[in-house]
Amino acid sequence: MAITESALHLLKNVVQESPADQTEVVLLTEDSSLTRFAGSAIHQHVAEKNQIVILRVVLGKRIAVVTTNIFQPSSLKQSLQRAVSLAKVQQPNDEFISLPGPKPIPEIESFSKNISRLTPNQKVRMIKNLLRQVKEKRCNASGAFSNGVVKLAVINSLGVEAYQEFSDLFLHLIVENEKSSGYASFVARDPDQLDIDALAQEAIGKTSKEEPMQIEPGEYEVILEPYAVSELMSFLGYLGFHALAVQEGRSFFVNRFGEKMVDEKVTIYDDGLDPGGLQVPFDFEGLPKKRVTFFERGVAKEVTYDSFTAGREGMDSTGHGLIAPNTVGPIPINLFMTGGESSLEAMVTSVQRGIYVTRFHYTNVVEPMNAVITGMTRDGTYLIERGEIKRPIKNLRFTESILKALSQVTAISKNRRICSEGTVYSRRFVTGTVAPAIKVDGFNFSGVSAL
Amino acid sequence: MKDLIQNILDLAKLKRVAYADIRVVRRQNEEIEVKNGKVEALIYDEDFGFGIRVLFQGAWGFACSSKVTKREMEAVFNKALKIAKASSRIRGKEILFPLTSPIKDRYQTPFSIDPFGVAPEMKLHFLLDADAILRKNNKVRISEAFLGSYKTEKTFASTEGSYIEQEIVECGAGIAATVIEGNEVQVRSYPNSFRGNFATQGYEWIEKLALPDKAEGIAEEASQLLSAKPCPSKVTTLILDSSQLALQIHESIGHPIELDRILGTEASYAGTSFLKPEMVGHLKYGSEKVNIFADATHPGGLGSFGYDDEGIKAQRVPIISQGILVNLLTSRETAHHLKKKSNGTMRADGWNRIPLIRMTNINLEPGEWTLEQMIADTEEGLFLTTNRSWSIDDKRINFQFGTEIGWEIKNGKLGEMVKNPTYTGITPHFWNSCDAIANREHWQMWGTPNCGKGEPGQIAHVGHGTAPARFRNVQVGVMKG
Repeated sequence: MAITESALHLLKNVVQESPADQTEVVLLTEDSSLTRFAGSAIHQHVAEKNQIVILRVVLGKRIAVVTTNIFQPSSLKQSLQRAVSLAKVQQPNDEFISLPGPKPIPEIESFSKNISRLTPNQKVRMIKNLLRQVKEKRCNASGAFSNGVVKLAVINSLGVEAYQEFSDLFLHLIVENEKSSGYASFVARDPDQLDIDALAQEAIGKTSKEEPMQIEPGEYEVILEPYAVSELMSFLGYLGFHALAVQEGRSFFVNRFGEKMVDEKVTIYDDGLDPGGLQVPFDFEGLPKKRVTFFERGVAKEVTYDSFTAGREGMDSTGHGLIAPNTVGPIPINLFMTGGESSLEAMVTSVQRGIYVTRFHYTNVVEPMNAVITGMTRDGTYLIERGEIKRPIKNLRFTESILKALSQVTAISKNRRICSEGTVYSRRFVTGTVAPAIKVDGFNFSGVSAL
Repeated sequence: MKDLIQNILDLAKLKRVAYADIRVVRRQNEEIEVKNGKVEALIYDEDFGFGIRVLFQGAWGFACSSKVTKREMEAVFNKALKIAKASSRIRGKEILFPLTSPIKDRYQTPFSIDPFGVAPEMKLHFLLDADAILRKNNKVRISEAFLGSYKTEKTFASTEGSYIEQEIVECGAGIAATVIEGNEVQVRSYPNSFRGNFATQGYEWIEKLALPDKAEGIAEEASQLLSAKPCPSKVTTLILDSSQLALQIHESIGHPIELDRILGTEASYAGTSFLKPEMVGHLKYGSEKVNIFADATHPGGLGSFGYDDEGIKAQRVPIISQGILVNLLTSRETAHHLKKKSNGTMRADGWNRIPLIRMTNINLEPGEWTLEQMIADTEEGLFLTTNRSWSIDDKRINFQFGTEIGWEIKNGKLGEMVKNPTYTGITPHFWNSCDAIANREHWQMWGTPNCGKGEPGQIAHVGHGTAPARFRNVQVGVMKG
């Protein structure tokens, strides 16, 4: 069992002793390490041990949440009392139906014992090897290499009991010379899957000794690497792929279900159980993950639900509850785009004049209903001419509707990769988006980064 | 606690580390979020733990834990030491970490009303009242009100003999009205977008914000935006209200002047900077109207504190003087690149993060104009307020911002409302085009409680004091390029 018997006993006691009508306890533990390097030296190497308990109590239709990281019986009791006190002064929420009841949780393996091999010394050895390869090419490297073990338990007074242990590691790498930079990243649950030489070569391969040229902003044919595609997918997940956005009328899906919204080559779904991604068997309400298809061959199909948004419509949760209180909605965290028949090489060959984009930087929403976002290209932006990658170009700002871009997809790669930024702020729960490379017939660049 | 801390410092000396510090941090947060008349979130969060940083064999190690016991502290110290030893095998340039005189002190942010002493039901009613007024406007589809209270108690101790206790109290609140019609979403917020305005003050700050008094006005503006004309696409004169200017300063001055970014240690995540240390004293960052201070001492500023997380006293230092870059945000380890001492900007997001160079209150000094004079002096242009979106490249050169609302300026008068306003520019070109800044009457502090940086991710609370300012020849209306 992933979480110790004594810890589970303590959590169950909290639920049993709660005077509330319904009580939910979520435990999220973390034992992690992160090593950062820049200028080809390690400048930060940190380790963390923490656990967070999230208590959600319900009195009638009044809900309150208390979190604490002091994992002692007396402290948990105090936190429970505080949650009940807060719920008493809370206003009833008539739209709340109930916390969920138990459902069978699929058995998946999300923990690799190999993770323990990533000791500080071992990671330093691996980074040293990586830096040696970069130095041989007279480049500098910066990046972060992190590994962790996360344990998640969800218990509620209606009988939900879900436990899982996760291992994870991620490494992202930027290689720079005087003229340009390149990027590569990796994420997995098993460190044996990490091919550090291949990762180094991928990032090195993106650099160029040529001076980047400046090109005029405008609409260009583009090839987007999976890193860039995953960013577009994540924005769609945040803006429109979930029930709360639809219920509030702010999703691009409103009144458009069943309509062909993007190119028929595009199928995007969320599946926590797909072994091609970073598997997660259940959500933060202890409900099993269901596959939800947002675009099926370009047609708008369905969205994700947690128990609250499902209760509003008399539906079942799709297992996309996030940590309470979740005010942003049941955002999908295991996104996939179906692969196509093409390859990156074939896509490049087919472009007369266009732009090759490795990744985006600092993207943000401009207009939510049309999924218009803006951001910059970064770490490997090239001009393609007559079927060949010609030379690096200065980074460009784009301002574009993701929906418009996906409606102009002309090729999708067969190969996909898991893309991940790694950790999020404050709580470790590494997720990934599985994306192919795509070719888009017209993509709008609105500015250039140059002094 | 003092004994537990001393035990670690004794252990550090025994192991002959070059330097070590320990921070014990307890944080309490209470956040209330109301949406459409219902309380979406009522949450109390408590967080407690310690972090130990050691400098050994020329490399840093850091480890931390939420289990605050003597045994765990010793284990964590040993882990930090082991990490430093491992890391020392890939050292860069020698770490120059100048020692300082020991400081023993206690600092507390001044406040009148402890926000944790105010009953939650009172806060709820305050928010529900404002929210109800927003929804009186029948075009408002989503009404939102937010109130957050934060208290951080931290003890810093180092092998140099420093022992500093701090208690920092912060508050913030805001409201927002969202209108949706067909394919269009418009938002108006008060006093600022993204949850409101925040300060190192007590509940008196919340009372001063008077959210219910402003609710009707912003709901009306939101509904008017639906029928407003789109922001034109052209090069024109731009007057930014102080809330938008605060974010403009944050992104295009605050981040580029962080010396750790300039030296490349954020390259793999947040990015670097177009600045170089040798530009200090020479670079014409802005017009001669532009004077910027980093001021960690400003009363009530969200980036105010007593000491940073390296034990350096809070300071007020000039960064840009009459348009010339004269200093950067520095730490003990980096300041020597400028042949200076640290200006005390190292802060960590809690016990489980190492300190990084963070903005304090990066303030634009007021000018001589009134806002009315500035508008009257502008033949043609746009007046924009309240941020809606932001984006800037990894070197902080090319930025693009969108605001919630704008008005045309024609012949020295505010004209028609415009929706979806956006503008873009190149950082030094933009700041050199500043030809007027409003006076102290228009100057106010804005708290930014969501400044992200570092890996693992850290959120800093920072502040920006600004008054409206005017910029010439700015590209506006870049929605579709």
